Amino acid sequence: MGLLARLRSGEVLVGDGAMGTMLMARGLAAGQCPEALNLGKPEVLAEVARLYIEAGADLVETNTFGGNPIKLALYGLDSKTEEINRKAVEAARSACKAMEASRSAGKALVLGSVGPTGKLLKPFGDAEPAALFEAFLRQAKALIEAGADAVCVETMTDLEEASLAVRAAKTVRPAIPVIATMTFDKGPKGFFTMMGVGLKKAVEGLKAAGADVVGSNCGNGAENMVAIAREMRGLTDLPLLIQPNAGLPRLAEGKTVYPESPDFMAEKARELAAAGVAVVGGCCGTAPDHIRAIRRALKPQL
Amino acid sequence: MIYDDIARRLQEGDEDQVPRLVSQALAHGLAPEEVLEKGLIAGMNAVGVKFREREVFLPDVLLAAKAMHAGISVLKPKLAQEGLPARGKVVIGTVQGDLHDIGKNLVAIMLKGAGFEVVDLGKDVPPERFAEAAEKEGAAFVGLSALLTTTMPVMAKVVEALRSRGLGGKVKVMVGGAPVTQDYAREIGADLYAFDAASAVERAQALARG
Repeated sequence: MGLLARLRSGEVLVGDGAMGTMLMARGLAAGQCPEALNLGKPEVLAEVARLYIEAGADLVETNTFGGNPIKLALYGLDSKTEEINRKAVEAARSACKAMEASRSAGKALVLGSVGPTGKLLKPFGDAEPAALFEAFLRQAKALIEAGADAVCVETMTDLEEASLAVRAAKTVRPAIPVIATMTFDKGPKGFFTMMGVGLKKAVEGLKAAGADVVGSNCGNGAENMVAIAREMRGLTDLPLLIQPNAGLPRLAEGKTVYPESPDFMAEKARELAAAGVAVVGGCCGTAPDHIRAIRRALKPQL
Repeated sequence: MIYDDIARRLQEGDEDQVPRLVSQALAHGLAPEEVLEKGLIAGMNAVGVKFREREVFLPDVLLAAKAMHAGISVLKPKLAQEGLPARGKVVIGTVQGDLHDIGKNLVAIMLKGAGFEVVDLGKDVPPERFAEAAEKEGAAFVGLSALLTTTMPVMAKVVEALRSRGLGGKVKVMVGGAPVTQDYAREIGADLYAFDAASAVERAQALARG
């Protein structure tokens, strides 16, 4: 069953956790392009995906957050866009296949991750919408042709950029499920992205662009996400995906520490599911232990 | 009052009205320094405060900065005659290994808006390059930005690079960016920490006042 059919059946799905910290623990150096690993060490990606599936993730994301050609060009890797995205899908897929026999539940699915270009659109910056669309189109084509089960446009702050990415994926294949999430901050007037997009505008805009699932990722921890989810639930009929950070990072003895424990996140995952969220996973600072705890909280029977 | 009009139009990001009002103010014989201080800089400061309070967002700041720039270009020939008010020079950049520059650009815009002369070294800037530029430009302080926890430690290397050039204590170091905290700034020996762009400007102004 595909992603949307499983969501329609009422199944709550568990997402995976952070990628960056897992890669750093496996040799990714500071300042190095994370997606460069897709070319040289795809087995590392497969290992990370396997750890998350073992922990109970139904969905694993590809290591392609910065895999659009605009971002890759910063590392001189834009000419490798197709290969970088294809290898990431293949690595995640190999982990899903390897784990198939040991899963009693449905198969794990591969989400092709699409992050922002880092450019600001006119008139706020110098980027043309057509250039961003082209970049997203190239990435989405590579992800979808390599067999991604869905495309996940994430960590967006500009609705126009997010919409361009959603449209690009739907242009490649109208039937491909597209998830689109934005990152919100809490202010005195409620939740807004850095670019000033509120929750209502976000869910309506993302739906208009063609998103099948909407939601929020990253941000300031699971507590705020519960509030975001409750508000979003009243604003749209689309399934919701929520992937919180394990809180805001702190530095302890030179090491980055994320404060929210697996147990805390599991408790919040229950609140998210109760608020009507269909997919719960993690973002920065979450590890397989967080996903395992979320799995136990949401799907104890499996 | 024309200063209030300038400040208000600037906050609205009105790229047409701001230069028009600045010309009008000059035609009335108002001092260019006052037009800058009470009109443009006052407007930009108000934008900075509203941005921090999350009453306005990044697009509003960027449009206000454009309007500011349009106003400054009318003022500049006049200011050059009578000399720019000296707030000091700032060298700014995103540290080596880090390619995120939206935050750094915002701080640069706000500092310019507050009347500082900003030398922007861009992103992925090696520590030595910061020290070199600080010395060459006679900077009052160096502003360092990092978005990644993995590139944040490069900030400590910039502090060292300044020290090894004998600039320790003379050129102040201001740090900021999502993962950076006051504790971290203290730990690496940075002089100033800014939580956001508006507080970067406040810290810089306090430093300029001495």
